[in-house]
Amino acid sequence: MRFSSFRAILAAAALALLAHAAGAIDTEAAFPDPALQARYEHLTNELRCLVCQNQTIADSNASLAGDLRREVKEMIGRGDSDAQIKAFLTARYGDFVLYDPPLSARTMLLWAAPGLLVLLTVGIVVRTVIRRSRQPFEDDETEESA
Amino acid sequence: MWRYFTPAAAFLILGGLFAYALVRIQNGTLDPREIKSPLLGKPAPSFVLPTVANTAVKFDSASLKGRPYVVNVWGTWCPSCRDEHSALLVIARQANIPFIGIDWKDDNALAQQYLAQLGNPFTETVADADGRIAIDWGVYGAPETFLVGADGKVLVKFAGALTEAIWAEKFAPYLQGGG
Repeated sequence: MRFSSFRAILAAAALALLAHAAGAIDTEAAFPDPALQARYEHLTNELRCLVCQNQTIADSNASLAGDLRREVKEMIGRGDSDAQIKAFLTARYGDFVLYDPPLSARTMLLWAAPGLLVLLTVGIVVRTVIRRSRQPFEDDETEESA
Repeated sequence: MWRYFTPAAAFLILGGLFAYALVRIQNGTLDPREIKSPLLGKPAPSFVLPTVANTAVKFDSASLKGRPYVVNVWGTWCPSCRDEHSALLVIARQANIPFIGIDWKDDNALAQQYLAQLGNPFTETVADADGRIAIDWGVYGAPETFLVGADGKVLVKFAGALTEAIWAEKFAPYLQGGG
């Protein structure tokens, strides 16, 4: 029983991965060179389609996403660096176009939030443990004296 | 009693924030989908594009230098553009500054027909057939309307169907006195 449910989970995960791979809209490789193609896939998966705001431009079939894929392809073909391509797009669409926003004064809180949450959680846990570790003794005393 | 204080306070603070955001979305002062344009305060992107009226003739944005103008990005395929069209006609007549229409990824014959049928609010309409100029302007959905100042810098960007009320609130203040 256990084994078969484990296999079911594996199958579901494999399906999800396949679905993700099939999510890319391009039907053929943009570049014959695998290194350039890898850069193209990496970049288009990191850039947000601004029409359907929770999809990357690699996943979206919106007309604008197609135009942005063409732009990325041409810039890679011209020999522009990833940083130049991202700078070109953020100058026009802002940091929102990046799924991986850069660390700046404005995004400070965003980046610090996970650390702050961990600190807060540890603080609460430590406080609770200390308080509880004291409690039984007080309870014992009151029970004995009662 | 005190043990309930923290969860109750957390609930009230979060609930208050949600209610505040929902009310602002409801009355239209907050749009979570709005993306602030990085172009604001920067020089407006230049373009040389064929005109919709005659694709053999090119229009150069350099000819607008030295005076404020409006750029409106639209398309015949865009329902919200049709919605804002009557308001655009009124606003363009009253504002009395150049209104440049960028016909975004459109069929030129359909665009000519559209303007002939619904009226033409634009001083000049250019065809951005492959959408490259729209990318330069950071356009992500038509209609979008920009106001460029006499110094050539982008003053306002508005995404969505323009109305006379929105024009009066967001655009007109920049044009009073000296506009």
